[in-house]
Amino acid sequence: MADRRVWTALLRAGLAGQTAYRASFALELLGAACAVGLDFIEVFAIFTRVPQLAGLSYLEVVLVFAIASTGFATADAVVGQTDAVIQHVRKGTFDVVLLRPLSVLGQLAAADVQLRRLGRVVVSVLLLAVVLVRLDLDWTPGRVVMAVVAPLVATVVFAALFVTAGAVSFWLVEATEVTSALTYGSAYLAEWPTGVLTAVLARFFTFVIPAAFCGYLPALTLLGRSDPGGLPGWLPWASPLVAVLAAGLSGLLWRSGIRHYVGAGG
Amino acid sequence: MAAGFRRYATYRGATLAGAFTNTVFGVIKVSILFAAADAAGGVVVGYDKAALSTYTWVSQGLIAVVWLFGWTTVSERVRSGDVAIDLGRPVHPVLAWLAEDLGRAGQACLVRFVGPLVIGGLLFGLRIPTRPETVPLFLVSALLGVVVSFGGRLLASLAAFWLVDVRGVLTLYVLSSNVLCGLLVPLHFLPGWARAVAYATPFPSVLQTPVDIAGERATGTAALGLVAVQAAWAVALLAVCVWVFGRGTRRLVVQGG
Repeated sequence: MADRRVWTALLRAGLAGQTAYRASFALELLGAACAVGLDFIEVFAIFTRVPQLAGLSYLEVVLVFAIASTGFATADAVVGQTDAVIQHVRKGTFDVVLLRPLSVLGQLAAADVQLRRLGRVVVSVLLLAVVLVRLDLDWTPGRVVMAVVAPLVATVVFAALFVTAGAVSFWLVEATEVTSALTYGSAYLAEWPTGVLTAVLARFFTFVIPAAFCGYLPALTLLGRSDPGGLPGWLPWASPLVAVLAAGLSGLLWRSGIRHYVGAGG
Repeated sequence: MAAGFRRYATYRGATLAGAFTNTVFGVIKVSILFAAADAAGGVVVGYDKAALSTYTWVSQGLIAVVWLFGWTTVSERVRSGDVAIDLGRPVHPVLAWLAEDLGRAGQACLVRFVGPLVIGGLLFGLRIPTRPETVPLFLVSALLGVVVSFGGRLLASLAAFWLVDVRGVLTLYVLSSNVLCGLLVPLHFLPGWARAVAYATPFPSVLQTPVDIAGERATGTAALGLVAVQAAWAVALLAVCVWVFGRGTRRLVVQGG
């Protein structure tokens, strides 16, 4: 009971701080919403010049984009701050977080939920809904399940990548930008058909960093297509398992990252 | 300028990490553009694969040189009142900040420009310039790109004199500059009207122009014309910054004694 009061207080303080300057908050919300449009400009611009990309048409690539963007935006809003955990370490405020008898990850998420990033979630979900209608799919039960599961899996996988990035930064105090390659790089790649990559890179972004499970593979199932790279048709159905595995691994890494943390003293 | 160079050269790990991240993004971008070239039969919007690779790696390398990320150096100084210290210096603050930024850019050239270009070139190939004047002209154009970028960033930051929290303004500034400068996708890919909008702003002078000169998409008098446009934007933006800074300091109230 007391726990819940603490959580609510943390969450409320975080949200109040973010909305204190209204004009600036409105602009940030707008900025987050525009960020989707911006990434989308790249898809749009390329398709003004070519009719298909790696075997997928414009709308089909937009589907890949919308699934990945929805998952990334949601994960970014909730745990997107964990890759900035190093700021707490540098400023020495991390000790405060550790001292409270609450989950560290939970505190970072609750205190730093990024309201402005909800702008991006809303636009992505709308885009996903529009493209699913426009594609005029034959709605078998399997497709319905996949349409619901795909954005959730993408959210969990991206959240796991953010947590991994945060964990890794305990070791790479000085070189944290490496982790943006992991988080933002995977998000960028997941928005495109993995088929654009060379075979080796495509396998890497499927089985090592599961970016293909966050957009391309579920989109193939929804479209009733098979992967030109020769991945089996059942693979997209393994995506919930991949999500669980990614979450578990990132959780372990996070714990050992925290154990690795040594305070600055004082 | 030397202080700016040294300040950023201290963080070697961060520099390498940044170059690594630019390289990862470059690999993804060049893969997408190659797939587009394949779909269009080898050449898309006049770019063959070697030209697309050159575009990708020169632009990824320039990101950190011209600095296309968020930049809070000045807005934080205005917000905290530290700008009062800059006012007490014998050089105009705008020039002092420009000197520091040029030092920062010089430091970025060493690893963050050369690193991705070399790795990307080895993996995906590059278009080697055929004209002797290309490389010196590119260096001039990249330098002007830094100045134009600095002018734009500073102008957006100076909004801090009027707004308490400028994060929103800076976010929108970074987002729009990334599209309009040709980082997201070459501006030549955009439909005519969108290109016209982009070229009405200073942003193509930041990135697309030096990239086009390096890839010899613009040569001869056309290239010189583009560099002249860059120079005009650089002077105009710096002049506006000095004027806005003067207006801003009149509003400035620094607490303490």
